[in-house]
Amino acid sequence: MLASFIIVFREVLEAGLIVGIVMAATAGVPRRGRYLWGGLFAGLAGAGLLAALLGELTQMFAGNGQDVFDAAILIFAVLMLAWHAAWMARHGREMATQMRDMGAEVLAGQRTMKAMAVVIAIAILREGSEVALFLYGIATAANLSAASLISGGILGVLAGGAVSWTLYRGLLAIPLRHLFGVTSTLISLLAAGMAGQAAALLANDDYIPALGYQLWNSSRLLSTGSIAGKAAQALLGYSDRPMGIQLLAWIVTLCVLLWLSHRPSKSKHSSAGNLNHA
Amino acid sequence: MASKAIYFRCLAVGVVASLLPVAGMAAPLSLVLEAHHFTPDHIVVPAGSRFKLLVTSHDTTPDEFESPDLRVEKILLPGQTISVMAGPLSPGRYKFYDDYHPEAAHGIVEAK
Repeated sequence: MLASFIIVFREVLEAGLIVGIVMAATAGVPRRGRYLWGGLFAGLAGAGLLAALLGELTQMFAGNGQDVFDAAILIFAVLMLAWHAAWMARHGREMATQMRDMGAEVLAGQRTMKAMAVVIAIAILREGSEVALFLYGIATAANLSAASLISGGILGVLAGGAVSWTLYRGLLAIPLRHLFGVTSTLISLLAAGMAGQAAALLANDDYIPALGYQLWNSSRLLSTGSIAGKAAQALLGYSDRPMGIQLLAWIVTLCVLLWLSHRPSKSKHSSAGNLNHA
Repeated sequence: MASKAIYFRCLAVGVVASLLPVAGMAAPLSLVLEAHHFTPDHIVVPAGSRFKLLVTSHDTTPDEFESPDLRVEKILLPGQTISVMAGPLSPGRYKFYDDYHPEAAHGIVEAK
């Protein structure tokens, strides 16, 4: 039971940390609930579909189908996060400080919520398909201990969900005027980590140059095999043995996202009122 | 049954090898995962160069070939063969395992 708990907890935690940050980053966007739920259910449905089609996917791209697909959806998620960062820079501060005065902003808010729903769906799709296949294996193995393994899995989902919820509530405890700065930095780190992972996947299969297969080895300090290492990987893009191209993608993405979310707002009405620039 | 499995393995090796001609790299090393055990469970590769593993599952349920040491995480369905690129490694021993059955299915890549 402990083994299945750890496996499921780890996967749920990886997706859940991303979902928690996205939820905090969209705090104050009107009518966001249905997009968050939509992303969640789309991700779960997609995870099931991916698990069912994984055999065919594996054989595509000369046997690199899993890596290419993973890299493609990661890059798509990075684009969505970049779009959100650019949008939030323009509208987020007004939204956070003038919650009552929205009108036209509601419409614009729907658009960034669509992008963020995609990010949630991708995060759940990636980890959920692994959980689905793991649980499917237990269910079909007709093992006597299946019941205890399944209960371990359910506990893993609950525990992973609880950690993500705690992260979300913790972020919301940050005073509103600082929240934007904190979440935009976290979103930038998320995107940088995803871009780095995508680059490493493509370089490992020789689609792009690796620019050095191992810049350093910090696995003794924090191994990506450990739960803390996996969390650091999901949140910050940490790698204990990064490739050159991975670090390059991480730095470039981080800089672009931070620039997008912190560049001065061009919208006219942003100069009005008590805005706190992060 | 065994000959059929070997035939499919050779076919898979042939298909992958013909699609991915990699110059200057040693021939891929084959691994079989059966009854939650790797055969062989100890592989020797040259230190300092890229190498390719072909992992075939004869298990009846999905497995996940994983190794933080080799930076690999790939799902392996019953009857399928996945190719795994790794290295270059500095001399030493590197663990790999099936993440869905980590207690039973594990092995070592030794770089010399």
